[in-house]
Amino acid sequence: MRAIVTVVGKDQVGIIASVCTCLASYQINVLDIRQTVMQGYFTMMMVADVSGSSIPVAELAQKLEEQGKQMNLSIRLQREDIFDAMHRV
Amino acid sequence: MLNVKDILATQDMIDKRHLDIRTITMGISLLDCTDPDVNQCAAKIYEKIVRRAENLVKVGTEIEWEFGIPIVNKRISVTPIALVGGACQTDSYVPLAIAMDKAAETCGVNFIGGFSALVQKGSTKGDEILMNSIPEALRQTKCVCASVNVGSTKAGINMDAVAKMGRIIKQTADVTADNDGLGCAKLVVFANAVEDNPFMAGAFHGVGEPECVLNVGVSGPGVVYHALQSVKGQPFDVVAETVKKTAFRITRMGQMVGVEASNRLGVPFGIVDLSLAPTPAVGDSVARILEEMGLEVCGTHGTTAALALLNDAVKKGGVMASNHVGGLSGAFIPVSEDEGMIAAAECGTLTLSKLEAMTCVCSVGLDMIAVPGDTSAATISAIIADEAAIGMVNSKTTAVRIIPAPGKNVGDRVEMGGLLGSAPVMPVIDKASDDFIARGGRIPAPLQSLKN
Repeated sequence: MRAIVTVVGKDQVGIIASVCTCLASYQINVLDIRQTVMQGYFTMMMVADVSGSSIPVAELAQKLEEQGKQMNLSIRLQREDIFDAMHRV
Repeated sequence: MLNVKDILATQDMIDKRHLDIRTITMGISLLDCTDPDVNQCAAKIYEKIVRRAENLVKVGTEIEWEFGIPIVNKRISVTPIALVGGACQTDSYVPLAIAMDKAAETCGVNFIGGFSALVQKGSTKGDEILMNSIPEALRQTKCVCASVNVGSTKAGINMDAVAKMGRIIKQTADVTADNDGLGCAKLVVFANAVEDNPFMAGAFHGVGEPECVLNVGVSGPGVVYHALQSVKGQPFDVVAETVKKTAFRITRMGQMVGVEASNRLGVPFGIVDLSLAPTPAVGDSVARILEEMGLEVCGTHGTTAALALLNDAVKKGGVMASNHVGGLSGAFIPVSEDEGMIAAAECGTLTLSKLEAMTCVCSVGLDMIAVPGDTSAATISAIIADEAAIGMVNSKTTAVRIIPAPGKNVGDRVEMGGLLGSAPVMPVIDKASDDFIARGGRIPAPLQSLKN
């Protein structure tokens, strides 16, 4: 099962490190990362394999959102299926 | 890997355009809950609903988090209570409504539909008891929704029931007068009611449905509105195509969520209701879509044509995105639940007559409309008869959900709260229809050929 992690917010030290550390602590493997900084705003998209997650995916999404709030970032995790459904026939 | 643009587009729709799943509604058959003792029957109803739907809210919330898409309402619909209560030796079904309400509270859902009777051709003893129980049932419960089907294309219109429902609506407004007649916001009178509707207040679980089923209603007026802003001034061919593409995306998401929820609950997936259901929030309005097509205010000349295009394009886009389509499917035009409709009604452009014309080409009918508290029962019945006639002749579902707000007059506002919104009191025509309604009997079913 794959999920997309999207991180948006003001660029700062350690964004990638903290998101990856969080994912790693729940046994989640990152498959791909794309990131860009536009006008000081950091946007990152990760494809992660959540099938081995040590906690339920819904809980994981909540944990990431909480962590995002602490860093003043929007971090969300969504299962890939929603994007496939909306954008692929 | 997925296109970054697509990912951001989806998130933008959810964050800024109010894209959501409007409801996942579990339909539960109560046909095995009959009992001669009304209290026993109520106990069976409570037990069965709670047993079937105990995980509905939990699963819904899990899906919301995993997919990052809000599911605004989790709801339950049940077999029309007039059928379930028919065996009870009683003259009131209020205890059954209370059992439904308690079950809804235990399950954590916000509405439960099915305090209903189907009387398009005539009423049984159970139907009569149900209709008489509606005012008190809606006064004593919080989540229960009632509906009565008074006409159909095959049966015609039961004018005795139409007359009765005018009186029942007035009584319901009177007994819930403390809340501006809120009870009437939970009471719908239908023609050609559908058995698999997931939307309230008109949802019930039809007798042709399985034991238990999960239906989904999608939404997204804000997404359509935003998409149309990018094709300003272009011909209607482009408008229709844009709406279709948007509706396709919205519906695919509904289909996916519905299948996921039904798998987790171990309940068969029923249908997706292809709808544009507005909310009172700014940017989530059907009226504003019509205005975006080039109308100064919703309700002016051209509104019916704009709505016809919108309604048809939503269905065309949605049909291919879903493997089973059903429910009411189309654009809803509830006045109190749509910020643009409220504004149009308040400035006097949107009238009851124009709304009636609009219901000829879109989903359902005169919905969430407040009228002066002194509107007579016969006038309300006549409004129902007009709407039922439109449904009967055009082979479509129509409905009336009207609030004769006690003590209120044109210019006042009725506050319903939450998703029900607030309704400006709209004027009705002040000439009587009493003798028309007093006739009773049945309006015969219309010809299905020689259509002109």
